[in-house]
Amino acid sequence: MAKANYGYRDGSGEYYITIDTDLCNSCGKCVEVCPVGVLEMAEDELDPLGDEIIAIVTLEHRKKIKYSCAPCKPSGESKKLPCVIACESGAIYHSW
Amino acid sequence: MITAGIDCGSKNTKVAIVKDSSILATASVLSGFDQEESAEQALNSALEKAGISREEIKHITATGAGMDAIKFTDTNITTITADARGTYFIFPSVRTIVDIGAEEGTVVKLDEHGKVKDFGINEKCAAGAGAFIEAMSRALEVNIEEMGELSLKSTKQIPMNAQCTIFAESEVVSLIHQKTKKEDIIRAVHDAIADRNTSMLRQIGIEKDVSLIGGMAKNIGFVDAMQRNLGFDFLIPNEIVTPEYVSALGAALIAKDKIGG
Amino acid sequence: MSNAESEKEYWRWTESRYTNPDLNWEDGDIISAGVDVGSVSTQAVIMVDGEIYCYSSMRTGSSSPDSANNAIDWALEGTGLTLDKIQYAVGTGYGRVNVPFAKRAITEIACHARGANFIYGPEIRTVLDMGGQDCKAIRCDHRGKVTAFLMNDKCAAGTGRGMEVFADLLQVHINDVGKMSLEVDEEPDPVSSTCVVFAKSEAVGLLRKGWPKEKVLAAYCSAMAHRVVTLLLRLGIEEKFAITGGIAKNIGVVKRLEDELNIKAPEPNIDPQLAGAIGAALFAKALVEKERKKA
Repeated sequence: MAKANYGYRDGSGEYYITIDTDLCNSCGKCVEVCPVGVLEMAEDELDPLGDEIIAIVTLEHRKKIKYSCAPCKPSGESKKLPCVIACESGAIYHSW
Repeated sequence: MITAGIDCGSKNTKVAIVKDSSILATASVLSGFDQEESAEQALNSALEKAGISREEIKHITATGAGMDAIKFTDTNITTITADARGTYFIFPSVRTIVDIGAEEGTVVKLDEHGKVKDFGINEKCAAGAGAFIEAMSRALEVNIEEMGELSLKSTKQIPMNAQCTIFAESEVVSLIHQKTKKEDIIRAVHDAIADRNTSMLRQIGIEKDVSLIGGMAKNIGFVDAMQRNLGFDFLIPNEIVTPEYVSALGAALIAKDKIGG
Repeated sequence: MSNAESEKEYWRWTESRYTNPDLNWEDGDIISAGVDVGSVSTQAVIMVDGEIYCYSSMRTGSSSPDSANNAIDWALEGTGLTLDKIQYAVGTGYGRVNVPFAKRAITEIACHARGANFIYGPEIRTVLDMGGQDCKAIRCDHRGKVTAFLMNDKCAAGTGRGMEVFADLLQVHINDVGKMSLEVDEEPDPVSSTCVVFAKSEAVGLLRKGWPKEKVLAAYCSAMAHRVVTLLLRLGIEEKFAITGGIAKNIGVVKRLEDELNIKAPEPNIDPQLAGAIGAALFAKALVEKERKKA
């Protein structure tokens, strides 16, 4: 079980996208459906001696995830996040 | 009927004195560590400008981050309520209010009667508010009043990586070492803060007309960046009061409502 | 930077280098190096067959490649070993892609877990690293392989930079912050633990109220400890628990977080700020072995 939590907690709240690298089957659908380009397929950085390609949050977006993901999270509506729905193996989770 | 509204902001304490439905005077004082003292000073300053005495004020309402520290007010109301009352009074067509102050930003949505229908998003992160611009102005050794103007003189758009006021200071310092032009850095600073606020605005849903109030609305660089991002113009108060006084105005009007004025 | 830079440099912690007197690099089989270019500090560690041969720890300059070069040159100083004899170098940290002589860049999350495993032993399952501009909680297995992580590099709260801001504000040397913060009779309420900008405003207010420096430092160390505890609890802590990174040397924060968690972190006998570079050097060695197997 390898859980990568990308995001942060700042003065306004806690925002993390968690990707379970063991569950990720490298299908790449989450990358396709994200309208902002928050996700990409890359080498599993937690396993430098291995060769697996899995989904990660891009370096560019890790520090502003609250703002990047805002378009998919309209307030007052129930969350139907495209990346979570697209994931075949249920590897993605948003904490907010 | 004369009433007063006091907006205890984290940076500045603002007062508006209202008689019936017109402004008699406004005043602003730096919010020191004794919030009550700052409120007194601001109130006295406004009284002097209005040429009236304290006894003539029938009701004082306070709002803003530091309002609980003040003992001499008659009522306290939330920033959201104050913003709504103040902005709707100036622009009855407003349906979305964006209030960006020194340390936090709030978005309020109104119905056609000026009633709050969606509470604002509170952004207690200095990087989305005025504190960010202020810290950058110090790092760049530029007067804060000039920041907006200078950002409009930029000829190149450069990215800013840091999402935190503290880290942004270091980033600015290294950009200066790399001989980047100050105007371009200042533009990047404004773009960064505008991007953050645009994102949050889009999340709550934009309904026109949109008004921008609070201290940051006076920054022409910020306003320009926001308007470019969204593709339309905001309503920014200027004649009745300037943007930073809208909350205090709203509080003063609510004071009037409270005593049946 | 801050005004203090021109007066007294309160944030300037001590730089260091070291050579292991018991090792001779000429007898070694695999000579590997790890360079951790952080936003605040840079460490270079050279290992001979997986044992520390020499290292250096210095402040990162304005150029990552220069910092990496300076660090490795200083580490090698006086050893007779030269860069060309190092078979594999791995770069890690914020500036990892800018290490000119590194064959590979590996994230500091993986390197810190590996490094903590080396410094504290295979019983370690949870590592807390508080670096210059980030703060991370890492779960690992007995080999030092990462099983989960939580990182915060967006926000200065809980980072060394946040601590530097306070050292500057109170005009206290960063090395003394921890000790001074413990010189209070009663533990004060913490300042804001979610934002350094707000914590700083609060601190100025406290100073005006007449609080002595020790008490303000205590309030900030307490806030920082609390923030870090929240991060750890979110990830879940499994013992044994260890701390790496520059702030492991700040007893004001370490003691408070140990108290809040009711867990004692082991004392290191190697500078905990080296964990990233050590992990990188160990990965470098493993990559040499992997290449040999393929050949």
